[in-house]
This record gives sequence, C-alpha cells and structure tokens, in this order.
Amino acid sequence: MLGTTITLAFRAIMRHKLRSFLTTLGIIIGVAAVVTMTTLGNGATAAVREQISSLGANILQLRPGQGFGRGGGGPRPPDFKPEDVTAIASQLTGVRAVAPMAQSSGTAIYEGNNWNTTVNGTTASYFEAQQWPIAGGRLFMPEEEQAGKPVCIIGNTLRNNLFRQTDPIGQRFRIRGVSCQVIGVLGTRGQGGFGQDQDDVVVMPIKFVQRRFTGDRDIGQIMVAVDDAYDTQTVQASLEDLMRERRKIKPGDADNFNVFDTKQISDTLTGTTTILTQIVSAVAAISLLVGGIGIMNIMLVSVTERTREIGIRLAIGAVAREVLMQFLVEAVVLSCLGGLIGLVIAFFASIAIAPLMQVPFIFDPQINMLAFVFSAAIGVVFGYFPARRAASLNPIDALRHE
Amino acid sequence: MANDPIIRLRRIVKTYGTGATAFQALKGIDLDIARGDFVAVMGPSGSGKSTAMNILGCLDMPTSGEYLFHGHHVETLDRDQRALLRRRYLGFVFQGFNLLSRTTALENVELPLLYRGEDRHVRYDHGMAALDKVGLKPWWDHTPAELSGGQQQRVAIARAIVTNPDVLLADEPTGNLDTERSIEIMELLTDLNRSAGITVIMVTHEPEMAAFARTIVHFRDGVVERIETGGAH
Repeated sequence: MLGTTITLAFRAIMRHKLRSFLTTLGIIIGVAAVVTMTTLGNGATAAVREQISSLGANILQLRPGQGFGRGGGGPRPPDFKPEDVTAIASQLTGVRAVAPMAQSSGTAIYEGNNWNTTVNGTTASYFEAQQWPIAGGRLFMPEEEQAGKPVCIIGNTLRNNLFRQTDPIGQRFRIRGVSCQVIGVLGTRGQGGFGQDQDDVVVMPIKFVQRRFTGDRDIGQIMVAVDDAYDTQTVQASLEDLMRERRKIKPGDADNFNVFDTKQISDTLTGTTTILTQIVSAVAAISLLVGGIGIMNIMLVSVTERTREIGIRLAIGAVAREVLMQFLVEAVVLSCLGGLIGLVIAFFASIAIAPLMQVPFIFDPQINMLAFVFSAAIGVVFGYFPARRAASLNPIDALRHE
Repeated sequence: MANDPIIRLRRIVKTYGTGATAFQALKGIDLDIARGDFVAVMGPSGSGKSTAMNILGCLDMPTSGEYLFHGHHVETLDRDQRALLRRRYLGFVFQGFNLLSRTTALENVELPLLYRGEDRHVRYDHGMAALDKVGLKPWWDHTPAELSGGQQQRVAIARAIVTNPDVLLADEPTGNLDTERSIEIMELLTDLNRSAGITVIMVTHEPEMAAFARTIVHFRDGVVERIETGGAH
C-alpha cells in the first residue's frame, strides 16, 4: 500500500518535471535566503566578538577621574605612580598581570619614510596582560625596563609603513628627536572594538617614555588583567577599595579614579550585533514566507489542474485516502528535496560570501533545521489541503473538471 | 443461480437539487442485466441514460430505490466501499478516454493493478497481456499524446479489462471517433464480451453502434421506455 503510493508519487513527480521544479524552487529560494542571511549574521556577530576579545579578555582599565573624560571643574585628579602598580601586583588576589601605561604620540622617521603613530610606554607585563604575542624579535629585558633603554617593539601597521620590505629587527628609527632600536615586532591584531587600528603602535619601556616624552613619573592608565579563575567584579571591587585607601579618599567621598571593565564594551557591541542579526533574520523570514506563498500558489494551481486526474483515479477504484496519500508523499518529497537543495546552496553561498564580508563562516545546525522544517511544513500543508478538497469530490464531478 | 441477473435495479430515483428547483433525472427505473449480456443504452440527451450509467458504475448514488450487484445492496455502501467495488468488479471506458497524460500506455493500463497492490511483475505481465488483447502491444511505451484517438480508446479499454472485471461500463466510447475507428472499437468490445464473458453496458446514441449489442435499452424522460433483445446476435 505504502509502496504503491510511493511509486505513484514518484511517477507523478517525474512526469511533471517543470511543475515539480517550480514547486521546489519556492522552497529552495526561501530556505537558501533565510539560512544564508542568518549564517552571515552569526558570522558578523562572531567577528565582533573576536574583535572584542582582542581587547584582551577580563581586563580592568584603571584611569584617573570619574568615568570618561576628566569630569567637571575642580583640580585635575592625580595620575598614578609606579608604587600603585607595585601595590596592585603584590596586594590584590586574582590578578594575572599588571601593566602601567603612559601614552604619547609622535612621528616616526626612517630613511625618508615617516608615520604618525601612538607611543605606548609600558612594561613586558603589557603583552602578558593583553595576551598579545610578538611575531618576531623579543620582549623587553628587565634591565632595559629598569634603565629605560631606547628599545621598542612595533606594531604591524607601523612596520609596514616605516620599514616596507626591510627587516626592522635591529634597525633604528627616530621619534620625537630620539633614536630607538627595534627589538621586536608584534603579531597582527586588526581593528579594536571602536574601529581603531591596534597595530599602529610603538611600545617602549615606560621609563624611557616618561623621561624623554612626558617628563614626569606619572602613569596615565593601569591595565589589570584578571585571572580567569577569579570573578572580574570581585577583583574590580578589591581594586577600587585598594585605590581609595592609597589615594586616601574618605568614606562617602566620590572616587577620583575609575575602573573600566572591557566586558562592558563587549556587552554593548554584542548587543548591537545581535539586534542587527535579528533584523536580518526578520528580512530572511519574510523571504521564506514569500517563498511559502509561492509554493502555496503552485500547489493550488497544480491540484486544480489535477482534479481530472484525481477523478480518473477515483473512478478506476482508488479510495480517496490513497489519492490523498499520493499527494501527501509528493508534497513531502518535493518540499524536503527543495529544503535540502536550499540548505546546500546556503552552505556554499555562505562560504563564498563570508570572506568578502570579512566574517567567519559559522554553521548553525539550529537555523538550518528550522528553515528546513518550516519550508517542508508549508509545502506539505499546501500540497495536502487542496488535494483533500479534490479527493472529496464526487468522481463524476472531478472527471468533468476541465 | 447462474441465471440471476448480475445487476438488478428496482424503483431507482435520482433527484438533483431540492425544493422548487429539484429535478428528477430518473423517475423509478426497473432493470435487470444478465451476466454476459451486451447492453446498449440509448435515448435522447436528458433522458437520464448518463445518470443511470453513473449509478450502475457506482460513481453516483441513487436518491432512492434498490441496486443489487451480484445480489448485494450497493445503495447501502459508503464511498470507500463503492471504490473497492469498482476496483474489484468494474471497468470503465469514457468518451474522452481519460488517460493520464505524459504516462505511457503500459503505465496507464497498470494503474488499476497498482491500486490492487499487485507487484511489478504481475503488473507488467497483465498490463502487456491487456495491451496485446487490444492490439497495442508494440505501442506500450507511447504516451497518449503520441497515440491516435482510436489507439487511446483501446488503451482505455485495456485499462478497463486488465483487472478482468465482471462488468465493463462504456459511456459513449465511440463518441470521439470516426466510423472506421468506431467499428474497430465495437468489434473489440464484442470480442471481449464473447470470449472473456465480460458483461458490457454501453451508452450510445448511434444506432449503428447499438446494433452490436444483444440488448438495447431505450430511455426517455427518466424512465425505461422499451427493451429490445436478440439484436445483432
């Protein structure tokens, strides 16, 4: 009985290749569109997450002042001192690395090439805190840090613009009137969370930057990397307590420093991308719906067309149930086939488009399954109900149908 | 019991519509059809002969009256039971052939066997045998579009007889054919009636075709006007 039905369904599909193709086409387009868009949307979200994690996971940035900017009037809150760094490193638990930062900027000059870049004075802990490995050369030696030697590690953007094809290791270039030797090149990091080029940087021992560029012992920012085993918020609270104590802030008075958790940035950006993905998915869902209406249309037309066929089948002794089963099997086969083709197209389209959008390709079984089931359901429902109407006709009326 | 009629109609009434617009197509038909008979049903259009055919073929239900097929009451059967009765005992030939398009002659002929659940080899053997009987074996893989009208009607006849039915119902089987083709079809039906013992009931309005039948039933205004027997034979 089932074998008979399947034989009949496959014969009918093969006999009407164009009609079968048109039916599947609606499903193919719907599924391919929704899956491709969602896959690329997920890739974009992942790309943003990737950029965020390149900020360095679980990093607390300690800055003077309240929040962003230096705040209203009054005296400028003091910067940090090297003793603060030592205190944080020795007194706080759950800290993986602490790096002071004194930032400046300047024009780097090498054999007639010049390039404006950011100068970052810090210690070797900076690379550990950021989890930013070097691509070549070496990090600062402790004695170089202690003495504030004119050595530097450069980012890839600076390297490309200043040294072009030359191997920069061991070369010397000038920046703000002083000569500096390149001892290492950083690995590429790409854009930061706010779109800035993280590779456009020259990293030097903080003592050198303080002595030659800023002229004091002040530290503009302290980067505290939290150990993964510890809760960032707990560490942040202890850090705040420690700093209030060190800066002698009375209970009830406001902090004159702030701790910024990079996780806040990542949450904001992830939220934005999620909204974008949802919008894209909504558009894709509409295309799936339009595809579904297409299927509905072709199914309705084909059943009207096939009413006479149903009449013939009923007249020669088919039971209505058998005719219905045949239509149902046809609808299931075509819908599932269309769904599968749609998934395959979406798979290859996503692989092809993802690099162009500079997002990773991420296969999401859930959305694949959902799109497939939805389109198949549309195909089956709209294949089945018109057929049921036709099968309930009197065989004579069905036969007379033109 | 061999002399019992295969079909017995008693007081069959068929009314279309209800109330003031009701139209009585059959006004109480009594008719016995003997096993192995070749019956031509004649009458002007509107005389109720097609309505009677549909009821005989279990495609339609009488409004009232009794229909005994092999002594069983058909008017009490439901839709599916009537379908099974058609599948088991009846074969149909229509004026418009009613073959499935884009489907080979053999597949068309096999269709009733498929619904009977016969396996592939039985379908092939019986289907080819039926095509052979109507002289179309060499055309087994042609679709209706590739066959002439006469050939299409012969495929339809092959489809009707492939299950070896007791009764073959033909509704104006020659209505769409020229005289030469019509006579071929009539000879085929006569042969099936004589050699295979199939009871043939045929609606026609052409006396030349009716002349092939053994019994001619004349309809007029929803009643059987008269019955001629012993015609051509």
